[in-house]
Amino acid sequence: MRFRAASDQSILVYLGEEIGPAAHERVVKLLRLLQKERPRWVRNVQPAYCSLLVNFDVCLTDHTEVEATIRGYEQRAEDLRATKARTVEIPVCYGGEFGPDLEEVAAAHGLKPSRVIEFHSSATYHAYFLGFAPGFAYLGDLPAEIATPRLATPRKKVPIGSVAIAGRQTAVYPFPTPGGWRLLGRTPLAVFRADRKPMGLISIGDQVRFSPISGDEFRKLERG
Amino acid sequence: MSSLLVESPGLLTSVQDLGRPEFGPQGVSPSGAADAVALRVGNSLVDNEPGAAGLELTLVGGSFVFPEGAVVALTGADLGAAVSGRPLEMWTSHALLPGAKLVFGATKDFARGYLAIAGGVEVEPFLGSASTHLLSGLGGFKGRALWKGDVLRIGKPAKPIRRKKISQAALYALKPRKILRVTEGPQADWFTEEAKQVFYRDVFRVTEESDRVGLRLEGPALAGSASREMITEGVSLGAVQVTPSGQPIILFVEQQTTGGYPKIANVIGADLHRIGQLRPRAEIRFERTSLAVARSLWIAQERLLNSTEQLFG
Repeated sequence: MRFRAASDQSILVYLGEEIGPAAHERVVKLLRLLQKERPRWVRNVQPAYCSLLVNFDVCLTDHTEVEATIRGYEQRAEDLRATKARTVEIPVCYGGEFGPDLEEVAAAHGLKPSRVIEFHSSATYHAYFLGFAPGFAYLGDLPAEIATPRLATPRKKVPIGSVAIAGRQTAVYPFPTPGGWRLLGRTPLAVFRADRKPMGLISIGDQVRFSPISGDEFRKLERG
Repeated sequence: MSSLLVESPGLLTSVQDLGRPEFGPQGVSPSGAADAVALRVGNSLVDNEPGAAGLELTLVGGSFVFPEGAVVALTGADLGAAVSGRPLEMWTSHALLPGAKLVFGATKDFARGYLAIAGGVEVEPFLGSASTHLLSGLGGFKGRALWKGDVLRIGKPAKPIRRKKISQAALYALKPRKILRVTEGPQADWFTEEAKQVFYRDVFRVTEESDRVGLRLEGPALAGSASREMITEGVSLGAVQVTPSGQPIILFVEQQTTGGYPKIANVIGADLHRIGQLRPRAEIRFERTSLAVARSLWIAQERLLNSTEQLFG
């Protein structure tokens, strides 16, 4: 466990230095314990791959006390039992106007676009956390064969439902937001809906698979 | 039931309260008023709870009709508000007669004006808050900025209202500044010493591509971290992240909740509301401070905001 002040009112708790199931399990368990036995100064907790960002009420506490309290949670968090994962299947229409970066990603790895699609849709991904925007799930690990860095300059608007990759990660954009990930395709499903329970299609800890569909199937599902 | 009719919405007017700070695990950013201090003072002036919803007006205000009358206060940027051609003094409460039309113009000073109304604006809350998250179209009035013809409901004021005015001392203590105080960011040591020197010495300009999500700054490029790929982590409100091109971005109320760019610094809590008053082309500087100083500034500011005596003198 390593701590670092993120701001005058928040602290980053690092539970590992490498993306993977081990660090992530520690993140999820500490998150659960902090939600169950919430110290009164906690305002928000933001999980990520290997870290939790804890935002606190600085009128009630300071960084030193927050660090000491969370260290006191460490062992009990580890002793929590893991929960069973749910599986979510997401249909994707790859390439063309829906996946403007597919060809470039393929070229960067000396692959045919169809091979990139095979790699992307053959893996089962783990939902590490939600962040960036409501319902945006960070999924990993993307097969190393198609891992590609983020764009140097993010797009100002990524279309809703875009399925994208960055590094060893993949995700679906729930809203038309700015974004620096490379777009491979698009899903017709609503990723986040405030009037649905749960609001997000994907929750932290889910198992996620992508299945290729045609443009016709996309339009059919979009209407349904 | 009282109401407010939007006769013209202005450039970008939305319903805002103090946001929804606790939904990080769902990927939901806090949102809320860009200048939370101005909204809170406005609410105090009309005897609302500090977190009542009001209107946030951006750069150019619109015109609003109160068919049943209302008690209102204007805080934040001065958008030249007037009723029947008579200017309305800022930072003080006013009783408007039934049918009164409140007309705003373009800003005379800062980026955002606030209209607080006794009883507060009533909308269906989303995750416990009335604030609009413009980027994702959630919360507030139909998840969007106000349009011509919208009719908003106004709650019943809690008690009869005494006319109030902010004290000169409070106004001075809360005023916008162009030197933002920051603490070191979690990746400050990824940047070269030269880059840090430049960051704390040079002037940065707020670009036109700045909104409630973030403020893109223009200035000397900050070298350092380009070669390292970072593991995405949670980001704090007011984080100053640096993209590979070397330009800093201040993450703001509708920010992404996590990010993969290194953060050189973070604006302190007591200056967050000042970010909300920066206009495009504003020139700003960053001043480094310690966690302890930032904490005492925050506590002093909270004490001021919670004390009617200090606030109204």
